[in-house]
Amino acid sequence: MQTDLESGTAPPARAMSAISVRSVTKRFGAVTAVNDVSLDVMAGEFFALLGPSGSGKTTMLRMIAGFELPTSGTILLDGADVTKRPPFERDVNTVFQDYALFPHMTVAKNIEYGLRVKKVAKAERARRVTEALATVRLAEYGDRRPHQLSGGQRQRVALARALVNRPRVLLLDEPLGALDLKLREEMQVELKTIQREVGITFLFVTHDQSEALSMSDRIAVFNGGRIEQVATPGELYEQPATEFVAGFVGTSNLLRGDDAANLLGERATFAIRPERMRLLRPDDVAAPDEIAVDAVIGGVQYLGHATRVRLTTASGAALAVDLPNDGRGHAARSGAPGTSVRIAFGRDHALRLADPNAAHPTVSSPSGREP
Amino acid sequence: MRRRVARAFARHERLRLGLELSAPIAWLVVIYIGSLVALLVTAFYRLKTDPTGLITTIDSTLHLDNIRRLWDESVYRTTALRTLESAGIVTVVDAAVALPLAFYMAKVASRPARRALVVAVTMPLWAGYLVKGYAWRALLDPSGGALHEIFGHTPGFGFASTTIVLSYQWFPYMVIPLYAGLDRLPDSLLEASTDLGAKAGRTFRSVVLPQLRPAIVAGSIFTFSLTLGDFYMNRIVGGTNEFIGNVVYREFSVNLPFAAAYSLVPVAIMVVYLLVARATGALEEL
Repeated sequence: MQTDLESGTAPPARAMSAISVRSVTKRFGAVTAVNDVSLDVMAGEFFALLGPSGSGKTTMLRMIAGFELPTSGTILLDGADVTKRPPFERDVNTVFQDYALFPHMTVAKNIEYGLRVKKVAKAERARRVTEALATVRLAEYGDRRPHQLSGGQRQRVALARALVNRPRVLLLDEPLGALDLKLREEMQVELKTIQREVGITFLFVTHDQSEALSMSDRIAVFNGGRIEQVATPGELYEQPATEFVAGFVGTSNLLRGDDAANLLGERATFAIRPERMRLLRPDDVAAPDEIAVDAVIGGVQYLGHATRVRLTTASGAALAVDLPNDGRGHAARSGAPGTSVRIAFGRDHALRLADPNAAHPTVSSPSGREP
Repeated sequence: MRRRVARAFARHERLRLGLELSAPIAWLVVIYIGSLVALLVTAFYRLKTDPTGLITTIDSTLHLDNIRRLWDESVYRTTALRTLESAGIVTVVDAAVALPLAFYMAKVASRPARRALVVAVTMPLWAGYLVKGYAWRALLDPSGGALHEIFGHTPGFGFASTTIVLSYQWFPYMVIPLYAGLDRLPDSLLEASTDLGAKAGRTFRSVVLPQLRPAIVAGSIFTFSLTLGDFYMNRIVGGTNEFIGNVVYREFSVNLPFAAAYSLVPVAIMVVYLLVARATGALEEL
């Protein structure tokens, strides 16, 4: 059922899958956290599980780590069934959301812990700890205690503590969630760099769509315990498969029912990105391949790189149009609230979305945040 | 005038703080520390008998007679060591039983079960200490006690029974700090340890125990000092067994300065205990 949503990329061959999730369901009492999810992550991939809180992405990660047992289904790591294996018998390591550094150990002892437990020889341990500290650029910090470090440094220690074991797969549970914006952006670049250096498969859980888009090779979008779409960042943004994805990844204008039928000639749900729409000046006419519609400006929002104009069409559909602040003054000419304008968009930019009821009979109607 | 006073208070924070705290400080200094000082001073007094040998009074010049007697007469040393031994056993037994229970309460049990267990563990504190003592007497009595009737065996009245009953009496004081300590310990630390390859035993030794040390020290301060100071359980289930407290109780009416001197022994032991605890850094983390 998921395969038809996996756009573009061919379904990865079994032999290449670092992680293979087969029809996994997890229930907590009456709550179904993960509902019949299947997923393949290829070796060396930077793969994101993206979704709002409560969508099941963290539960999925915890089942792969071994902290939760699936109610049904199978999890394979490198082709071996690990579904019932405890965490200490899986070749995966986790970077926790709160880092989970041992407060009574120095940074070096924290990093050494996994090697010590596995009875790696002392000289080898020392060498690998030094190497791991260098990888995360904390060479001078081995003797510090975790509480003497900043959030970003702790995050890097957690990363080093996991990577030093050279796992087949590294699991990261919202690893940047506790950092402030500037540091988060730096760490995004750094994580990506480190992943390329070590060549380990990264499975990354996040609720931040821009983080997922900027770092991942592929993204699985979770909603209500199911996967809505698995795709590369570009595909996800350019060709969202469902209303939920169109609303969760970036912002979308949704046209449905009569609006869709009148404007686009088909009674279905369509998504159009706000930056793909333009305001027509009074002396302007829509191009032949464009669709034009009259609307009244409801409000203007300054976003920095763009100005978002919120409009309502005669039929009552709410739309948003982003005018780039590119110095050519489009935005300044948008007009005051109450002004009647005409907007236009290319026919190709209206993306037909899958009917949610047909695709996911049990998914409750996606919220599809109104633009 | 009132304004000037108000202004003075606003300006002089220490003055205001001093006034606010004067009542509790007075209570602490006069009643709490005062009684300890009185005890300390009395320990260096001695009894003085008048030439007729009939009237005994307290000689309030300072001597070391009592201390010397404590040291020289081996019965007092034996009693102190016996008390210390019981306090040690009670502490170790309580910690050993409380650790798995507290772990289950804090990390395994569901929320309703956890609440029920906290209530169950603290419930014995609702009943009086003496009531529980006499209940144990009914269990342990070698002539017709419950244990004897059911199993045909009982430790009888003596050191063993006192130590068992005190372990029971002070058990909640060990469980609660351990439970609180484990509750504060993030689950993710345990998960991180297993994730890094450690099995349960290793995680317990390398992560749980070091993190729990302040809580264990806190609990042991209760179980240890309460046992050191106890004397009444010996009277209920101890038979002829005596602790420091029993000697102090007996000497109190006969030789007050000596009773005072002997009661300094558990105080001194606790001071040493706390100093050792502080040296390990456990007290700062409490």
